[in-house]
Amino acid sequence: MTAELVRGQNHPLPETRLEIRVSAGHPVLAGAALGDEQGRVAGAEWIAHPGAASPPGVDVPGGAAADHRLAVDLDALPGAVHRVSVLLALTGGAVRFGALAAPFVAVVGPDGTEIAGYAITGLDTESALVALELYRRQGAWKVRAMGQGYAGGLAALLADQGLERPADLAAAILATASPAPAPAPAGPVPADLSSAAVSSADPSPAASSRVPEPEPVRHTAPPTAPDPAPAAPSTAPDPGPAPTPATGTAIGGPIDYSHPRRRTAPAESAPAAGPVPAAESAPGPEPRQGPPVPVAGDATGWSMDERLYNQVWGMFEDLARTAAAYRSACDFAESRLDRELDEVLTDYRARAGGANDAARAAARARRDELVERARAVLDRDLAQLVAESEVVEPALPVAYARWDSPVWHAYRVPAEEPMAVRLGDLHLPERTDLRIPMLVRLPLERGLWVDSGRGHSEAAGFLDEAELRRLALDCAVAHAARLLAAHPAGGFTVHLIDPAGTGATALAPLVETGAAAPPARGAAGVSAVLEQLTERVDLLQMALRGGAADALPPGLDTARQLLIVHDFPHGFDDRAVARLRYLADEGPPVGVHLLMVAAREDAAAYGPLLDPLWRSLLRLTPVPDDHLADPWVGHAWSYEPPLLPPGSGILRQVLGQVAAARHGKRA
Amino acid sequence: MCCKTDTKPDRVSAVSVPLRRVLDNRTHRTAGAGNANERGKRVSVNMTKGQAISLEKRGGGSLTQVRMGLGWQAAPRRGLFGSRTREIDLDASAVLFAEKQPVDVVFFRHLVSDDGSVKHTGDNLVGGAGQGGDDEAILVDLERVPVHIDQIVFTVNSFTGQTFQEVQNAFCRIVDETNGQELARYTLDGGGNYTAQIMAKVHRVGSGWQMTALGNPANGRTFQDLMPAILPHL
Repeated sequence: MTAELVRGQNHPLPETRLEIRVSAGHPVLAGAALGDEQGRVAGAEWIAHPGAASPPGVDVPGGAAADHRLAVDLDALPGAVHRVSVLLALTGGAVRFGALAAPFVAVVGPDGTEIAGYAITGLDTESALVALELYRRQGAWKVRAMGQGYAGGLAALLADQGLERPADLAAAILATASPAPAPAPAGPVPADLSSAAVSSADPSPAASSRVPEPEPVRHTAPPTAPDPAPAAPSTAPDPGPAPTPATGTAIGGPIDYSHPRRRTAPAESAPAAGPVPAAESAPGPEPRQGPPVPVAGDATGWSMDERLYNQVWGMFEDLARTAAAYRSACDFAESRLDRELDEVLTDYRARAGGANDAARAAARARRDELVERARAVLDRDLAQLVAESEVVEPALPVAYARWDSPVWHAYRVPAEEPMAVRLGDLHLPERTDLRIPMLVRLPLERGLWVDSGRGHSEAAGFLDEAELRRLALDCAVAHAARLLAAHPAGGFTVHLIDPAGTGATALAPLVETGAAAPPARGAAGVSAVLEQLTERVDLLQMALRGGAADALPPGLDTARQLLIVHDFPHGFDDRAVARLRYLADEGPPVGVHLLMVAAREDAAAYGPLLDPLWRSLLRLTPVPDDHLADPWVGHAWSYEPPLLPPGSGILRQVLGQVAAARHGKRA
Repeated sequence: MCCKTDTKPDRVSAVSVPLRRVLDNRTHRTAGAGNANERGKRVSVNMTKGQAISLEKRGGGSLTQVRMGLGWQAAPRRGLFGSRTREIDLDASAVLFAEKQPVDVVFFRHLVSDDGSVKHTGDNLVGGAGQGGDDEAILVDLERVPVHIDQIVFTVNSFTGQTFQEVQNAFCRIVDETNGQELARYTLDGGGNYTAQIMAKVHRVGSGWQMTALGNPANGRTFQDLMPAILPHL
């Protein structure tokens, strides 16, 4: 069993004869520092490095190489040694680990099985690091993933170990980095180790050089590929402070053990975790104990954006399933109560003897007891999800954030689109203050429909019709603004249809900032816009089907299109309605989307003709309403539209930036 | 999943009505006495059919996560047209009971229980190398199982109809996921003229869980056919 360690995590060592395999993908020097119970290294002779005779129990390979094997015999170490730190230092011209693939270190038992592995991610300007620490705790040895880097290089590292004249020693060690015998995976093995540690694993040099190969591929490639893509979005959540990793600055300071549950370390150094000091301070050096502390970005993904997206969906699923467990337990308790009450009724003897009431009370008590237990489990799970939500919500980038989130004030037009946008919040009656962001994937798979009708919603019943329609259009504008803000400059174009001009006030933020062209008025305007978009869909479809995407006319706007239709079906003739349906059906695959702001009863004259149109759109409401179902258990979730903080100018500010970026691109 | 024919059943709701009738007629029978010698041991037990033992963690601890694994060797390729090979499709299922009523089931058409505590890793239609690896697995997070569910029964069926006599290197096992230790293992192949097995159950004891190996041979295409055979073990 291989344990994949994350920074700060420890793992027991069942063996004392160990081999530490290092795969760095670039020449590094490997060494070990032997510390006493207080963690201090008594002197230079306690540093095992290629340029010196090794202390007993540790053997380090000579020279610089991309792959190293260090043999450690914990039993053979001097009794005073309580800690063995495995050190790596860059050589061969490279000055920072951040520019290289993440180094991978593995602790391997004498039989060649990997006990624990650790991909050291999140490094930046560091040129030396403490990769692992083997330490003695109450007589037993454990390994801890450190990944403590030093921007000051080996000298800073040695100084942190408490050594005197670290610079001289560092220079002496680095001087040994003379060209080593090419790939030197297995160093010379001392007599006391040769029997178990290495020779039994793979005696032939061919085998030994082959073995470490797959490991870096398997372990480090997915989360740590040093391409710029993951790095860029990870700064998106909070572009305030520069993303200096905590690891690089902590020279001589205590080791940062934050986020022990983090699967992938890059997010650790990302500022996304910045606004959650509570999560950072809580875990101690034994992170596996107690309930796990939630961490933003604690999900799989290649970028912070993807990790947060997956985490939000994970929370969504967990909440759905937790509620399902609770509800099914309650249903079961109720049905059991019914059954038992029936039995009591049919039992003549009990009815006569007065045991009737007692039996009924007992049945009710059984029901209450089961419901109470189910509630306790639900509360435990909800508390965990609430804690996670409190950590995740502030870390969300603009596309996923609420409108009142401070990240909107630092909005900048993105270089690439996010995975999804937030179109509102979802919650269940069990815990109404636990809001799950409703993230909808980009590009949109279907159009949107903001329902300005009364529907069955309770909240809509309190509002008069005009108020509801105004809210619906406000919501549509907010959705459109978010879609505009999520796309790179010029990547998204909004068209407006407002035949009677009744929505001018609500549409003003889009029009006045220049983020969208003025709305089309009257029947002629409606036809013109629809015809233009229909032609576009036809053209793109032909190009796609014919496989001639490069044959499109040169002037064609490549942006995705969103058509906001207000006051439907006012100003629409039959031909326009047909075109609208065509756009709803055929538009999404070629990037043409609808955003209808309409009440179904207004279009009642069309009869069932429009039913397919409404069905093809994702229905959103301007007031809270429980009409959305989750894909796992099918609960009815209460949808809440995104609300702009009252009196906030954030919408116009963001739209102004979007418009400016587009004009800047065009110019 | 789409490869399976429509004859496969849909959801547990489809079975519960006839099942109720069966439940009402059931007779109480204890599922074989636990072997006192085996109790408390944490060695992997290679059992024969019909043997039932209880397993507890040493030191009175309770199971927290178990995996039911099922493995078998794919049918050998026949002749020139390999596509005509009569594939062997065994299916693992877990039925969740609350006071002897089936409430949920996890099988190839419903891979995750509604509460998320029981997960099927996916349908395997042909089997594997027969080298002892699990070809289908069901993971149970016992700490997350809803409070009213008190028994989970694991079953194996031959969907394609071959009896266990005709399947090579078939086994099913229960593994303690927290430490990878095998709690029980049944060798299915050569095991007589049966197409199904009611393998084991985990059930609540006090605040924790215990496992009882059942190993009851049966016949049936899916878990639904086994319901009458499962009920006596509850």
